[in-house]
Amino acid sequence: MKKEMKRVSVVVLAMFVALFISTSVIQVFQADTLAADPRNSRTLYDSYRTERGPILAGQTVIADSVATGDRYAFQRQYPEGELYSAVTGYFNPTQGSSGVERSMNDLLSGTSNLQFLDEINRIISGQPPKGAAVQVTVDPAVQKAAFDALGDLTGSVVAIEPSTGRILAMVSKPTYDPNQLAGTDSGQVIDNYNALLSAEGDPLINRTISGDLNPPGSTFKLVVATAAFESGDYAPETQLPNPASYTLPGTNTTVFNSSRGPCGGSGDTVSISDAIRYSCNIPMAELGIALGDDVIRETAERYGFNEDLSIPMSVERSVYPQVLDSPQTGLSAFGQSDVRSTPLEMAMVSAGIANDGEMMTPGLIDEVTGRNLEVLQSFEPSVMQTTSSSETADAITDAMVASVTSGAATNATIDGVSVAGKTGTAENGSGDPYTLWFTGFAPADDPQVAVAVVIEDGGGRGQDGSGNALAAPVAKQVLEAVLNG
Amino acid sequence: MSAPSIVADTSVIKTMRKLRIPQTERNRELALLVVAFAVNVAMVLLVQLGATGEIETTLVSLTATLAALVFGLHICLRYVAPKADPLLLPIVTVLNGMGVAMIYRLDIAEGYTGWSAFSTRQIVWSAIAIIGAITVILVIRNHRVLFRYTYIFGFAAFVLLLLPLVPGLGRRVNGAQVWIGIGDFLTFQPGEVAKIALAIFFAGYLVRTRDSLSLVGRRFLGVQLPRLRDLGPIVVVWALSMGVIVFQRDLGTALLYFGMFTVMIYVATGRLSWVLIGLGLFGGGAAIASQSLTYVNGRFNNWLDAFSQEIYDAQGGSFQLLQGIFGLAHGGLVGTGLGQGRPAITPLAESDYIIASLGEELGLAGIFAILCLYLVFVGRGIRIGFLDGDDFGKLLALGLAFTVALQVFIMVGGVTRVIPLTGLTTPFLAAGGSSLVANWIIVALLLRVSDSARPARSGEASS
Repeated sequence: MKKEMKRVSVVVLAMFVALFISTSVIQVFQADTLAADPRNSRTLYDSYRTERGPILAGQTVIADSVATGDRYAFQRQYPEGELYSAVTGYFNPTQGSSGVERSMNDLLSGTSNLQFLDEINRIISGQPPKGAAVQVTVDPAVQKAAFDALGDLTGSVVAIEPSTGRILAMVSKPTYDPNQLAGTDSGQVIDNYNALLSAEGDPLINRTISGDLNPPGSTFKLVVATAAFESGDYAPETQLPNPASYTLPGTNTTVFNSSRGPCGGSGDTVSISDAIRYSCNIPMAELGIALGDDVIRETAERYGFNEDLSIPMSVERSVYPQVLDSPQTGLSAFGQSDVRSTPLEMAMVSAGIANDGEMMTPGLIDEVTGRNLEVLQSFEPSVMQTTSSSETADAITDAMVASVTSGAATNATIDGVSVAGKTGTAENGSGDPYTLWFTGFAPADDPQVAVAVVIEDGGGRGQDGSGNALAAPVAKQVLEAVLNG
Repeated sequence: MSAPSIVADTSVIKTMRKLRIPQTERNRELALLVVAFAVNVAMVLLVQLGATGEIETTLVSLTATLAALVFGLHICLRYVAPKADPLLLPIVTVLNGMGVAMIYRLDIAEGYTGWSAFSTRQIVWSAIAIIGAITVILVIRNHRVLFRYTYIFGFAAFVLLLLPLVPGLGRRVNGAQVWIGIGDFLTFQPGEVAKIALAIFFAGYLVRTRDSLSLVGRRFLGVQLPRLRDLGPIVVVWALSMGVIVFQRDLGTALLYFGMFTVMIYVATGRLSWVLIGLGLFGGGAAIASQSLTYVNGRFNNWLDAFSQEIYDAQGGSFQLLQGIFGLAHGGLVGTGLGQGRPAITPLAESDYIIASLGEELGLAGIFAILCLYLVFVGRGIRIGFLDGDDFGKLLALGLAFTVALQVFIMVGGVTRVIPLTGLTTPFLAAGGSSLVANWIIVALLLRVSDSARPARSGEASS
């Protein structure tokens, strides 16, 4: 019997060796592959354990993680949610994310390749996982000013530092409270999300960079003027015919100035400078047709139209249409036809002019710091595009200053400061409310801030509102917040 | 047969020996038991700290009650089986305690408390099981008594196996008709106890008939086949196992019975041909069953193609198996720490998948430790066969030890995809009263056999 028992012992040993091997294979050799299986919910739950890094604006924490004690371990908290919703977006462990929360997710959650060494370090030192802190370029004072200035109007404000491209303010109204979407009760979050989706004014949309884009209206004249001066055929003083009405060639469409008379009162001709100052449509339509759509498009594209951009949220493309006939080109010259623009795009136009024709790449992320305060990523100003010569930029600046001091944009006037500005009052459908614009910068001789303000839905006044009446005062407060800050 | 033992003299000498000989084995056992108790209490405390962050004394005192019962068993051994193997009891004490701690950990995750908690019931069943073991060790003073009732145990096993099929008494749980129930509370798997009765029956029967079973019939392909008329018993056991597969839908138990019988007949007769015949019969039967019985077929598909999305999504598919494997992988080398993993994601984490739950929180290191405990336990059981003793006792000890080994292999191998997963219990660890009672009785029997099989360590019997 002993021989047989020895053999049985060998069989038993073999069975256990098989188990030693199978468990080793699963727990060590295949562990990574198994962790990456999309059906492995443990991996998902593990990700909740990471304390997501905070988002800061200046000294203000605008998003951070709080312990929940449930299986998600943490949830996001937005101390001034409504004020910063366009910047932070929201983050929910199971229901999605938006804004900086989404576009900076790798770093905030600590899974970015930049944090690899940090992660090794963490495992060795036994610290709990924690994501990086993201500092945004937004200035809390400017953000607050823009938020308050816009009040209950539907619209948005973007402010940029022209010399660097740092985005100083980003406000979109109506806003929402991202805390409503940060909870760990999925059912409640889904209800809140659906309520926001169907809410009046689409609060979930960040109007500064996306949504249903608006025609830029007269603010687009800055682009056409750039094209004209850069062509070498036109100077600020170049005179254009000044009729009281103008029928687009080959059509029955008649174009009027907003005054319904000739530009700047009377006179057979008007200079390009004055056409900008008084925001006249007829001379700009004539100029646009003379330049041709190719030239305007080429200039518009230097300013960033028809191009993808991320700040790092992806910005919807502003559009200058690819093919336009002559009458459409005329309309496009004062920002109508199918020209569409984000507020950020128009702020970039102003910033390019303000920075002497060197348009800086706009960005929202100032600095990213790891758990040990090591800098993982920092803002590096870069020229996105040379949009014009400094002479052209100066000439347009002069016209914009004149527009604020004694033209169509007088409501942006700030005592003791030379403000450059351009209004826009864009038509949508025939009976639809206007879209009201203002873009500009200050001080004109040493620009600290460029701004774009859009007020949708006519600011509640249908077709009676104007960029100067509603958008310019908002812009003024934003400019003041920077200049006084 | 065996040499007459010095122990079997008179009661006077026995008593004198008790007084004279220091109980070396029992003292070793006591020392190891202290370690086992410490491990058990530590595990419960770590579970509490890991899962809730605070210490709660109810379960610690319940664990202490179990320790007291085990200590009672130890005291009994000092009187009625002083030379029993000193490793068996500490090993199963640790395993039982690990099971309780993990089941308790899962109760915390699921929010079960009081009588609805698996851990409470497991502790009560553990207590019953240990008392059962004490009873066995006290009542059966000499295992050779069992040899006398060989056929009665065979009949008892047969009846126990049939019980779940009795209408009104049988219960079907997770597809397998292996339970009996009286009312809502008292449910029992008679197959677990039948396992022991079968082992006793096989051992007794084989010791009686092995001479004729080992007679050689014809040679075929270089293998000496038994005589055709001696094939009777193995065919009966095979039919029994197939009956279990077909009527009780319990693949694992069938494999267990058949494996136990094949090994015992091989050891008893020394004829390899029995193993070949056994493997051929069972393999053939299982192959036919895997094709013709849906549930067996499903088990095979889950095993072979576990990662396929279709099988993963199927009713009764590989969802559970993969969740268990994900859990093991989540544990990695050293585990998440007790109370800090997510074993509750896996369905049946406290019973079929207890090893995956332990693997998740204790890691590969913990699994290896558990497997080594089993290996030592089984090794000590088989070792009895190598000592001086009677053949019935040797064969019984081997059969019982191999049963434990095979059961561990079927369960851990099933969870880790070495073989198709079948529903058995992981001995001493998994939640389940019948299994605990049966396995503690196995411990008692092994202790009993080892006591009489061990050569005396002093006097003229020592070597």
